[in-house]
Amino acid sequence: MTFTVTSSRNGRTALITLAGDLDALTAPMFLVEVERAAEGDVDQLVVDMTDLAYLSSAGLRGLVFARQKMPDDSRIVLVRPNDAVEQSIRLVGFHHSVVFSQQVPD
Amino acid sequence: MTATLPTTAVAVPNRIDSFPTDRIAGYNVRPGRALPYGASIVPHGVNFSVYSSRAEAVSLVLFRRGEADPFVELPFPEEFRIGGVWAITVFDLDYEHIEYGYRVTGPSTPGPGDRFDANQVLADPYGKAMSGRDVWGTPPDWTDPYRHRSRLTFDDFDWEGDQPLRIPPEDLVIYETHLRGFTRHPSAAVVHPGTYAGMVEKIPYLKALGVNCVELMPIFEFDEFENSRVNEQTGETLYNYWGYSTVGFFAPKAGFAATGKHGMQRDEFKNLVKQLHRAGIEVVLDVVFNHTAEGNEYGPTIHFKGLDNRTYYMLTPDGYYYNFSGTGNTLNCNNPVVRDYVLSCLRFWASEYHVDGFRFDLAAILDRGPDGAPMSNPPLPEALAFDPLLRDCLLIAEAWDAGGLYEVGSFPNYYRWSEWNGKYRDTVRKFLKGEADVIGELATRVAGSPDLYRHRGTIASINFITCHDGFTLADLFSYNEKNNEANGENNNDGGNDNDSWNCGAEGPTDDPGIRALRTRQMKNALLLLLISQGVPMILAGDEVGRTQRGNNNAYCHDSDLTWFDWSLVDENAELLRFVRHCIAFRANHALLRGRHHARGSDVQSIGYPDLSWHGTSAWQPDWSPSSRLLAFMRSASTLEEGVDHVYVAVNSHWESHELELPVLPDGVLWHVFADTSAAAPNDSFAPGEEPVLRNQHSAPVGARAALVLVARRPLY
Repeated sequence: MTFTVTSSRNGRTALITLAGDLDALTAPMFLVEVERAAEGDVDQLVVDMTDLAYLSSAGLRGLVFARQKMPDDSRIVLVRPNDAVEQSIRLVGFHHSVVFSQQVPD
Repeated sequence: MTATLPTTAVAVPNRIDSFPTDRIAGYNVRPGRALPYGASIVPHGVNFSVYSSRAEAVSLVLFRRGEADPFVELPFPEEFRIGGVWAITVFDLDYEHIEYGYRVTGPSTPGPGDRFDANQVLADPYGKAMSGRDVWGTPPDWTDPYRHRSRLTFDDFDWEGDQPLRIPPEDLVIYETHLRGFTRHPSAAVVHPGTYAGMVEKIPYLKALGVNCVELMPIFEFDEFENSRVNEQTGETLYNYWGYSTVGFFAPKAGFAATGKHGMQRDEFKNLVKQLHRAGIEVVLDVVFNHTAEGNEYGPTIHFKGLDNRTYYMLTPDGYYYNFSGTGNTLNCNNPVVRDYVLSCLRFWASEYHVDGFRFDLAAILDRGPDGAPMSNPPLPEALAFDPLLRDCLLIAEAWDAGGLYEVGSFPNYYRWSEWNGKYRDTVRKFLKGEADVIGELATRVAGSPDLYRHRGTIASINFITCHDGFTLADLFSYNEKNNEANGENNNDGGNDNDSWNCGAEGPTDDPGIRALRTRQMKNALLLLLISQGVPMILAGDEVGRTQRGNNNAYCHDSDLTWFDWSLVDENAELLRFVRHCIAFRANHALLRGRHHARGSDVQSIGYPDLSWHGTSAWQPDWSPSSRLLAFMRSASTLEEGVDHVYVAVNSHWESHELELPVLPDGVLWHVFADTSAAAPNDSFAPGEEPVLRNQHSAPVGARAALVLVARRPLY
C-alpha cells in the first residue's frame, strides 16, 4: 500500500498524518517529519494513524526516535491506531511512552 | 506538505568510507570492516563479517524474507579477506525484509574433521535475530535446506534509563522458570500466553511472592522441533521444550515473543527485562555453551560445522565428536577462537539486553581442554571471571557434566563464580525423607557449606532442593519412583537417585493424613532453603505445589504436564502464603544472608556466638548417626536491626520432641515465626506479627516438622 506522510503545525501541537505501510522503506520519510516537528517549540506531537495499515519494527523505531527527539515533558498522542498496530506497540512496552486517543486532540 | 522518499536512507553525514568501491552481482559493495563479526548496519548499508580458518571461498547469500530461493549471492572477492575473516559492506539493502547466510567452500583436500559443504547455506553464528521458528510449534518446512536464517536488527530500544540492578548476591532469592511454561497454561489468563509479553503480566505475582531474581531456562534461539516425535502410546507430539540445544547464541527465541512473527522478539524481550528491573527483579539467563544443536556426524549443519568444525568442536584425532555433553558434540570452549566467541556473546547479552547474570549449563565442560582433559587453570572461566563488561554479572556454574566431571566445591572460580550446590540438594532431601546419619552434613549445608566455600564466601553456594531437572517439590514428596513413560523411552531416561519419599502412597491420594504430611514436607523444605546461608533458588511453581505427575525429566513436554497451572495459586494458597512469609522473613533478617560464613564464636562481643548448635537440650547438639534433629541459633548485631537472634529446629524424626531453648538477654522474648506442624494460619507469620512463645524455656517441635523462633521485644 502506498505510504504517505503529511505534517502540519497548530500552535504548540505538531500533527503528522500517516497512511499506508510504515516499514523500513518508508520510515525515513517519517523520521524527516519527526525531526521537523521536534525543531519547533512544541509540547505535543500528534500522530494520526487512522489510515496506517501496518507498522513494522522499523516503523516502531520511528516512534522511539520521536520520543527521543521530543522534549521529556512533551506528549506523543497516537490517534486511532488499528488493533495490530496498537498491539505491536503494547507488546514491546512502548505504550508507557505515548498516549492513545480516539480523536485528534484540539 | 507531502514528503518524498529521500535518496539516502539514513541521516548520517557522508563519509568517504560510506561509498561503494565495487559492484558485485548488481549490488554496490566495498571491502567490509573485519570487526565486529556478524552483520552491522552502517551508513547506507550493512557490514557482514564472518570467520573461517580454512575456507577457500565464501559467498554472502541473500533471501527475501520467507522465500525458498535466494535472490542474490555475492561472492567475497579475495581482497575482501583479512586473515581468516571475510568482510563486505553491501549498500542499499532493504534490511527489514531480507534474510542472509553464507556459502562456504573448504579446501579441495579436506583434513580430518573438516565438514565444509558448499551445497549448504550457513547461518551467521553472530546473527542477532533468526527466523525459521517465528511462532512456537508451527511445523517447519522440512524440505527447506536453510531452516534457521539470520536476520538484520536494530539496536535502538528505548531503555528509559534502565540498568542492571546490582542487588548484592547474598540478598537474592532466585526463581527458576521456563519462559513459555510460566504463562502458557490457559489458567494464566494473560493476553499472549507463553511469551515474553505474557511474563510481563505476571510480574505482580513475582513481586508479591518476594523473589528478586528470575533465572530463565534457555531463551537463546533453539529449535523446538529438534528430535520432535510422536509418542506412539499417547499420540502426543514431543518437543525440545526445555531448549538446552542452542541454534542462535546471539538471538532471543522468536517463538517466545508474541511479536516474533513481526521480527520484534528483541524488543519484546528487552521490554521484559526493563519491566522486571522496574519491579526490582534481576534477570539471569541459563546459557548452554557445552554443546550446540548441530549434534554429531549425523546431526544438521547450521553454522559452526560448515564454517570451522575443527575449531568449534572437540574432536577425536580421527575427526569424530567428543560427547561430554551427552548430546552428540562438545563445544571446544578453551580454543582461543571459541573462548572469544563465548565472551563476545555474554558481553552482548550483558550490554545489549541488560541481563544481570548467567547460569552455565554443564559448566564443567568449560574446564576441559581441546582434548577433553580437565584443565587446572582453564582460560574461559578465568576470562569470564575478570571481564570488565561482565563484572557485575552473576556467574553460576552447574559444576558437573555428562562425562563424569563433578566439580561442586572445586570449580575453577577465581573468587568470582558461584555454583549450583548439588550437595545441598542431596543432603536436604536425604534429611527430609528421614534418613539417618545426615545431621552433621545438614549442619554444614545450612551454614553455607563452609567445607566447600570457606574461602569464597556464602554467595558461592546457590542452594536449591529442586530445579527444572528432576522432581518438582510436590512430586519429591509424592513419588518414590520416577514416572517418565510419557517421554517415550520406556521410563529409562531421567535420574533414579531422587532421594524422594511418597509419604505413604505413590502418586495422588485422597488420604487426608498423607496429603497433610506432603504439605508439611513442602513447607519444611522451603523453610530450610530460605533460612540457609547461601543464595536460595526456588523452582517456579513449587511455592504452589506444582506437579509433573512424577515425571522427573519433562524436557519434551509442551503441555499441562510442564506448564504452571495458575489455579494452584488459589488451591494451594496456604503453601503460597507460607513461602511469601519465609521470603519476607529472610529479607528482614540480615543474619540469614551474611556474605561470610559464621565462625561459631562471639565475633561481635554480643554474648552469643554467631552460630550455635543445639538439641533437645540447649547448647547440646546430637551429632550421632541416629539423630534426626538439628537445632541452631543465629545471633548477630546489625546497624538496622540491632542484636538479632533466630532459632531454628528441624526434625525429620517421626516423633515430636521437646526442646530446651537458649536463654535470651533481658528484654527480649522468643516469638514464633514458623511452625510447620501448626495448622494455617498459625504455620507462619508476617514480619512483626509473630506471636510471643508462651513458654520461654522450652518448645515442642512436631514430628517431621520445623520450628523457627525469633527474638524481639514484646509489643506490650
